[in-house]
Amino acid sequence: MTIRTLMSTAAALTALAGPALADINIGASISETGPAAFLGDPEAKTLRMEVEKINAEGGIIGEPINLIMYDDGGDPNKARTFATRLVEDDEVVAVIGGTTTGTTMAMVPVYEDAEIPFISLAGAVEIIEPVKEFVFKTPHTDRMACEKIFEDMAARGFSRIGMISGSDGFGKSMQAQCKDVAEASGVEIVADEVYGPQDADMTPQLTNIKGSGAEAILNSGMGQGPAVVTRNHTQLAIDAPLYQSHGVASKQFIELAGSEAAEGVRLPAAALLVADQLAEDDPQKPVVVGYRDGYESETGEDVSTFGGHAYDALYILKAAIESAGSTEPAAIRDAIEATSGFVGTAGEVNFSGDDHLGLTLDAFEMLEIKDGNWTIVE
Amino acid sequence: MRLSPRATTLLVLAVLIALSPLMFPSNFYYRVGSLIFMNGLAVTGMVILIGYAGQISLGHAGFSGIGAYSCAIMPVQWGIHPLLAPLLGAAISALLAWLVGRPILRLKGYYLAVATLGFGILVYMVLMNEAALTGGPDGITVADSGLPDLAEAAGLDLSNSQFWYWMSGLVLLAGAWLALNLYDSPTGRALRALHGSEVAARTVGVDVARYKLQAFVISAVYASVAGSLLALQNKFITPDVAGYMHSIELVTMTVLGGAHSVLGAVFGAAILTMLPQVLTVFAEYEHLLLGLIMMLVMIFLRDGLLPSLMRLIRGKSE
Repeated sequence: MTIRTLMSTAAALTALAGPALADINIGASISETGPAAFLGDPEAKTLRMEVEKINAEGGIIGEPINLIMYDDGGDPNKARTFATRLVEDDEVVAVIGGTTTGTTMAMVPVYEDAEIPFISLAGAVEIIEPVKEFVFKTPHTDRMACEKIFEDMAARGFSRIGMISGSDGFGKSMQAQCKDVAEASGVEIVADEVYGPQDADMTPQLTNIKGSGAEAILNSGMGQGPAVVTRNHTQLAIDAPLYQSHGVASKQFIELAGSEAAEGVRLPAAALLVADQLAEDDPQKPVVVGYRDGYESETGEDVSTFGGHAYDALYILKAAIESAGSTEPAAIRDAIEATSGFVGTAGEVNFSGDDHLGLTLDAFEMLEIKDGNWTIVE
Repeated sequence: MRLSPRATTLLVLAVLIALSPLMFPSNFYYRVGSLIFMNGLAVTGMVILIGYAGQISLGHAGFSGIGAYSCAIMPVQWGIHPLLAPLLGAAISALLAWLVGRPILRLKGYYLAVATLGFGILVYMVLMNEAALTGGPDGITVADSGLPDLAEAAGLDLSNSQFWYWMSGLVLLAGAWLALNLYDSPTGRALRALHGSEVAARTVGVDVARYKLQAFVISAVYASVAGSLLALQNKFITPDVAGYMHSIELVTMTVLGGAHSVLGAVFGAAILTMLPQVLTVFAEYEHLLLGLIMMLVMIFLRDGLLPSLMRLIRGKSE
């Protein structure tokens, strides 16, 4: 009996919450809870905050946005079901989301079949390579991070490098991408070590790398692993400088590793982290400072690049609907693909028929940690 | 005329599968329906293991994972026909269940639970780490089975969700029919006997070890086929399908709906598959409500939802 009452209440509530017909229905499936919540939480908060702001300013082409957001908990099967629901039941005109590569790839067939434009917030290069007609993404790829790091290593005269990678999804994906582009970037990987994401000590792996004669060390991983690697790197007094990935681009990393151990560590990251240090004439400055101040005053939390990806996706979509002057999914798709010179938190975006990522290596800043803070490497 | 319980169950299932679409306002409901049937199929296997034989497994998602990844890997790596892959996957699951089950089923109660849990996690780890073959944590694309196109060529104009609704509905019916037949067979009687008391069953000449193993292998095949169906419908699969949370979901569905009856277990699968979709309106309280509902059912309706409700209805009418 309880179940039946509950279900009818739920049905009644759904009916009440139903949108007015003129609204622009934009869907989102975000991993707000579950193992990817540290990515999904700032994304969801950003979307809610920015949609409210856009609606307060009169919406898009005079219509308010109705954001329909589901929490897939990082489960690709659930994401797939929500994707079907967004398309079939909620009749959205475009979708933002897919916090992880897994949830994104599970949803792709649904949007491709239904011909609904989809802007993913996940990292892997598979999402946009090969190019899928209706699928775009806003974050940099792991491969670009590798290229940016190798570029910096080569500029400092390092050619023999050691890799140490986490065995989680992020670490493995980046490890594979880095090995792929190493040769073309002019570096040789002389050591390739792996650790479990929960490991508390990485000195054996680092000792192996030290013995291999590597001139620089690259750690691909996220979470607490890179902090342990950074501490061990200092404890073992390894001379070869340490590079971290964009996966640790948050203040929390410096706190975990300790500013002493983190001193001199370099990593590629979006300009969002160093908003104040950007040159006054940098076109990105007003965008990143505006988003950061808005997010931090609204949520009371530090801004992260992940929320920035959602910000970029929403505003790319807004610009596309405005330039298309229509809410037809096909017209929106064409307008998204025609996006050029869009300045977001990740950099300048120029989509084209064979590039649904639209970012170049310039979008990354190479940062160095000095006195417990980020500084831009010139 | 009075129908046997077996025929009644099958009839109720068939009518539900056939008539539910009349109430579907959109294609999305076919998708949820197909998920219910796929979970229902795996759970029917669990009824044989938990309800008939009285054994527990917290690792059956591992077999779903094997079924799902067979559909993803075999056609691409070894050129096996996409329709043969689910069958081979089921065969591999059966073989593995047999190998693993022999030592594991000597254990009882929570020892058995922990051992099966370990097996499930092992499969999950292999799927996560053998990235060259399985695509690793990011998952792998599943080649198109060609079945929906075949249906279209046969003149059936169905969307992807609709096709898999009918397909998994049919497979569930077949699975339920087999499970119900098993119940009344000598094997089924032996299973129920050892469920009651292993010592008593052994005294009357039941080969306890063999029958337990049989139930384990059969339920593994059910889970494997369910995993294959899911992979073929989604066309993309990640190791989560073999994750231990999925194993626990399967057991929860079985126990929630009523472990002793096929219809009850399918009912449990339906509720746990639908609830997250219904509860999205409560967003933050979703998990809270889900937990609360399960606790209440387990405290007040210990035989499972459906059997308890049926008793309530019968009790009133008499």
